[in-house]
Amino acid sequence: MDVTVIATESLSKRFPRVTALDRLSVDVGPGVTGLVGANGAGKSTLIKILLGLSPATEGRAEVLGLDVATEGAAIRERVGYMPEHDCLPPDVSATEFVVHMARMSGLPATAARERTADTLRHVGLYEERYRPIGGYSTGMKQRVKLAQALVHDPQLVFLDEPTNGLDPVGRDEMLGLIRRIHTDFGISVLVTSHLLGELERTCDHVVVVDGGKLLRSSSTRDFTQTTTTLAIEVTDTDEHPDGTRAVREALHARGVTVQDGSGLPGAGHILLLTAQGEDTFDLVRDVIADLGLGLVRMEQRRHQIAEVFTNDTDAQRKEAVGHGG
Amino acid sequence: MAAEQSLQATTPSGDTRIHNIGYRSYDGPRLGRSYARMSLYSQSLRGAYGLGRSAKSKVLPMLLFVVMCVPAAIMVAVAVATKAKELPLDYTRYAIVMQAVISLYVASQAPQSVSRDLRFKTVPLYFSRPIETADYVRAKYAALASALFVLTAAPLLVLYVGALLAKLDFTDQTKGFAQGLVSVALLSLLFAGIGLVIASVTPRRGFGIAAVIAVLTISYGAVSTLQAIADVQGSGDAGILIGLFSPITLIDGVQSAYLGASSAFPGGVGPDRTEGLLFVLVTLGLIAGSHALLMRRYKKVGL
Ligand SMILES: Nc1ncnc2c1ncn2[C@@H]1O[C@H](COP(=O)(O)OP(=O)(O)OP(=O)(O)O)[C@@H](O)[C@H]1O
Ligand SMILES: [Mg+2]
Repeated sequence: MDVTVIATESLSKRFPRVTALDRLSVDVGPGVTGLVGANGAGKSTLIKILLGLSPATEGRAEVLGLDVATEGAAIRERVGYMPEHDCLPPDVSATEFVVHMARMSGLPATAARERTADTLRHVGLYEERYRPIGGYSTGMKQRVKLAQALVHDPQLVFLDEPTNGLDPVGRDEMLGLIRRIHTDFGISVLVTSHLLGELERTCDHVVVVDGGKLLRSSSTRDFTQTTTTLAIEVTDTDEHPDGTRAVREALHARGVTVQDGSGLPGAGHILLLTAQGEDTFDLVRDVIADLGLGLVRMEQRRHQIAEVFTNDTDAQRKEAVGHGG
Repeated sequence: MAAEQSLQATTPSGDTRIHNIGYRSYDGPRLGRSYARMSLYSQSLRGAYGLGRSAKSKVLPMLLFVVMCVPAAIMVAVAVATKAKELPLDYTRYAIVMQAVISLYVASQAPQSVSRDLRFKTVPLYFSRPIETADYVRAKYAALASALFVLTAAPLLVLYVGALLAKLDFTDQTKGFAQGLVSVALLSLLFAGIGLVIASVTPRRGFGIAAVIAVLTISYGAVSTLQAIADVQGSGDAGILIGLFSPITLIDGVQSAYLGASSAFPGGVGPDRTEGLLFVLVTLGLIAGSHALLMRRYKKVGL
């Protein structure tokens, strides 16, 4: 990671009754970063601290090299923020609203109008931008919220649950837009969601928080690689009338847990196991060769992060924390 | 612009999927916090007269503005026509007489200025930008006070111009006009503060309007009733001090003590200079207190 966009060090936020963030240390580089966690995991709290609007109870954080505790105003000049809740007045048009917000970010009047026209076009709002926002669909409102976060051409944007309330098509469009914020506009993104799956395609890096603690922080590539599932199907022989079972037992003997592929086509003949890299491939190949079975197929199933996350047992989660960061 | 049009011409209308027209980054000036505060001030001031808002939102403030000015225009016309030696109403009395219109204006515009931002949760968007709580509060306060000053000073200007046209005594008129301006400036600050504090704790606009009207009219009703009773019972001094408890009688007290105004208190007897000091202090205290309460309110809103 060449440059650090966001860095937190043992960052904690305690409210009278809950600990929203618990000694969170994480570094985020340029690109699109997903911040994933269940409801109440502390995602919005983290964003508020990073905007310099809510003091941390302990620890420190930097955004674009600026200290959140002392340089909040400078940070807010360089970043954009899209809140998770509704924030749009219904009785003004998208154009009027975004122009006003651009001026609130310090853009002169003419620049504010030009940038508003550009930005609304980039987020996909055309003729409707002159109509009052009250009549917009949820998808259009989300675009206006996004536009006001981008209109002053920030270096970094915080998007708090931008896909909230969108249908699958709207969700895909929003995710595509988020990807383009980085690739086409050159703006780094921190985007939150409670769905791990949807961030897999969009993000370069995913940070998972749970109960205010860091669960995992890794690039999406690592994330899916380490959790690749292998699907194996073998032939039966006279010596091993149930080849599938023989492989399962042999792998068990070497300490590899195998699940049957129930729910998949050809269930009963398919074995699923978690690959831990090249070694697993070699092991499986050797075991099957030793048994003298034929390998019908050995497939990598690139799992959605969501499945991995929901399949995680508590023990695995703890382990993940150890490996994360 | 040209690129946008040619591109739109080639895409079926309503197709929102073609966004990729090339992003332009912004290298121009970023004018920062004081500019943002100024922009919020001018947007709010314009908004107080419905400018930059829907046609419907212009009706009430514009109507009240006209209602405020028409009596002044009539007085001037009469003064000119009858070659009167003085105007039928003092500059300082005008706002007192027209207090119902002023109250209605505050009640309608204070909520539109702050309740909307609270109700639609736009406030966090402001605070995610360089401006701070104090900037927001000051911009909103200054904007409503300015709008009220426009509302209350405009008829005085009509009177003054009319008085000069009617060739009334220049020195007298200028002095009276200046005293009137000081008085309505104070009134604008006081009414704006009270209106905004009430509106900032009533995110539902309807409640805000009702609450502002209630506070202004009930306090005035109660004070003038008690003053009348005190007057009948001959305890004049107590009656005068009761005037401290409603905004409009506060202004009346200040101006009859220091701005040469004739008091609207029973018997036309306002506070003397010593009692007047109390009126000034309470007025300034209320203005400062309103500001402090607004700051506290918005510190809590945060995000
Ligand atoms: N101002 C506050 N006062 C007290 N507790 C708070 C406050 N803000 C947040 N919390 C608590 O802190 C925890 C984290 O909240 P936060 O809003 O950061 O979660 P989140 O990850 O954004 O959740 P969601 O997905 O629901 O938006 C929650 O238990 C919440 O109730
Ligand atoms: Mg949240």
